Amino acid sequence: MRRREFLKAGALVVAGTAAAASGVATIADAAAGKPELTTLRPHQGETLLAMTRRIFPHKQLDDAPYWNVVRDIDTAAKSDSSVAKLIAEGIESLDAQGRRFIELAEKEQTIALKRIETTAFFQKVRSIELQTLYSDPSVWKVLGYQGPAYKYGGYIHRGFDDLAWLPNPPESASPKPA
Amino acid sequence: MPRYDANDDSVVLIVGSGAGGGTLANELCRKGLKVVLLEAGQRQSPATFRNEEWFAFNQLAWLDKRTTSGTWRIAKDFPNLPAWICKTVGGTTVHWAGASLRLQEHEFQARTHYSGITGANLIDWPLTLAELEPYYAKAENKMGVTRTNDIPGLPGNNNFKVMYNGAIRAGYKTVHTGRMAINSRPRDGRSACWQLGFCFQGCKSGAKWSTLYTEIPAAEATGKLDLRTESMALQIQHDDRGRATGVLYADKDGNHQFQKSRIVCVAANSIETPRLLLNSHSTMFPHGLANSSGQVGRNYMRHTTGSVFGVFKQPVHMYRGTVMAGIIQDEARYDPSRGFAGGFELETISLGLPFAAAFLNPGAWGEDYTNLLEGYPNMAGMWIVGEDLPQETNAVTLHPSEKDQYGLPIPNVHYDDHPNDLAMRTYAFKRGAAVYDAVGATRTVEVPPYPSTHNLGTCRQSAKASDGVCNKWGQTHDVKNLFISDGSQFSSSAAENPTLTIVSLAIRQADYIADQCSKREL
Repeated sequence: MRRREFLKAGALVVAGTAAAASGVATIADAAAGKPELTTLRPHQGETLLAMTRRIFPHKQLDDAPYWNVVRDIDTAAKSDSSVAKLIAEGIESLDAQGRRFIELAEKEQTIALKRIETTAFFQKVRSIELQTLYSDPSVWKVLGYQGPAYKYGGYIHRGFDDLAWLPNPPESASPKPA
Repeated sequence: MPRYDANDDSVVLIVGSGAGGGTLANELCRKGLKVVLLEAGQRQSPATFRNEEWFAFNQLAWLDKRTTSGTWRIAKDFPNLPAWICKTVGGTTVHWAGASLRLQEHEFQARTHYSGITGANLIDWPLTLAELEPYYAKAENKMGVTRTNDIPGLPGNNNFKVMYNGAIRAGYKTVHTGRMAINSRPRDGRSACWQLGFCFQGCKSGAKWSTLYTEIPAAEATGKLDLRTESMALQIQHDDRGRATGVLYADKDGNHQFQKSRIVCVAANSIETPRLLLNSHSTMFPHGLANSSGQVGRNYMRHTTGSVFGVFKQPVHMYRGTVMAGIIQDEARYDPSRGFAGGFELETISLGLPFAAAFLNPGAWGEDYTNLLEGYPNMAGMWIVGEDLPQETNAVTLHPSEKDQYGLPIPNVHYDDHPNDLAMRTYAFKRGAAVYDAVGATRTVEVPPYPSTHNLGTCRQSAKASDGVCNKWGQTHDVKNLFISDGSQFSSSAAENPTLTIVSLAIRQADYIADQCSKREL
């Protein structure tokens, strides 16, 4: 949730009360794209942020698209208590390795995740991240995918055959467009 | 649209509205027969399709639970998704990429040519290429296949430019933008291709042939078609003479309905078709309907697939334009000196970023994988489509305990790669990489098979009743008025994408059914 949306939502007494009662952080960090979490506790959110950054690490991306993943994990946990339990227990076990996961160096975090990669917890987080992160137009922009083409009339006039570092095939193999 | 009475036993009842069932429905309606077409899915249209991979997958794919077993990697990567096929009006013609190739003569005689391979349950088709050729010609005209009927080929996109140059430098000769059921010019009331790049997600421009907006509206225009959507066939019933009497199905509210019929044609794709026959067991047919041979569900084939992606120093943008933008045909020949029977086609393929991330290495994570994905704009891709061999133990069976939402056993799909399949895939991976290396790939990636879109052979045609399920018309050996009308009929998988052959067989089957009806044989 962006700051403005949050402020709007915050005006609703019910929403505000529910947030306070569940101990959820009430100030969203708009700059980093940090979402308002409904079910996950702040430490769980921070841990999942670090975890999702290690699962699909892209240095060019800031935290915002990863927070979107955390938001979707939060939504899944809200609608299904077994997911909430899986996430909570997974994080507890990640933190029980000596130091808390978020205190580890990036390389140590990767090693810690390698140890749990076959668990249902890891698979759940990876699966939600896979769908959310790579369906995010802000991520497409950074990784060089232009996505839906229909509203622009397709790629026929937008470079479908603009590759110039190889010779064009002969017309017998590749006729000109209509 | 007519609504035929449930007790009207003069109708032809077809299960499934894809390449086989949708085409058969139109052909029969145009001959004046009354058709009830049951489709398990909802009706979409180009207006409701979305250029978004996950959305479209959830909108169109058959997601009812299935299980898998066997040595194929699908059982590990996608244990509950053996096939990527559709539950929607138009079936998998909504999702297909449009490649329309005729089978080759030797592929109709798999046993004759490939005999003596341990573990392969080979037979010849009871049908020859010569017998099917007139129907291939009709199908190509119907579907508007490029490079036939004076229809020009499609323009090649960037992905094809890379394939073409690499293929020529690697020594290949037959390389072009394919025979595609995608309009290169406006035709049949549909536009030319917009090069959207979302062929798999339902073609929003309508340039790609799909029964959804060609055969089915044409059948509706005859006034003979009664299409019932969200109607899941549960059981084919029969009388005490062993003749099919109609189909029990669940309507969209889950209520059971029984529709009587003169003839039943099953075109539910190669997993659901045998499942329906197996679930139709009775005292008279304890092992399932039309299964006296024990071959219903067996000989499941899915093509020896795999993909090769190449990463280059400069941009490709493979996602721009048609998914199967071109083909290398040189390896489709019959040439056992390569160390395997059968051949394979190499066809461009592209995935949007969401599916590239999901499929390039299922289950992968970490820096090596994201490094690969960061090469996405500079990536070109090709798909291997090769002939896999029928094995009796590769089979669709009923799960011993798990039931679906209708209370019927779900299907399990068992597949072990045959050594011949593995030898072909290994060879094809090397050849694909050689194509990309020839134009300066900095990296090539061998990608394991996706869930199967080509599902074949589970109710196959056979000359002898003991070798298969149906004859060369798709008519089951055991039940005279029961037909198999989809890719389940295939006696061999061949190297070609199967849709054109499924459509040709459906046109031919319609002629036969009409003829038999007029002679009172059916």
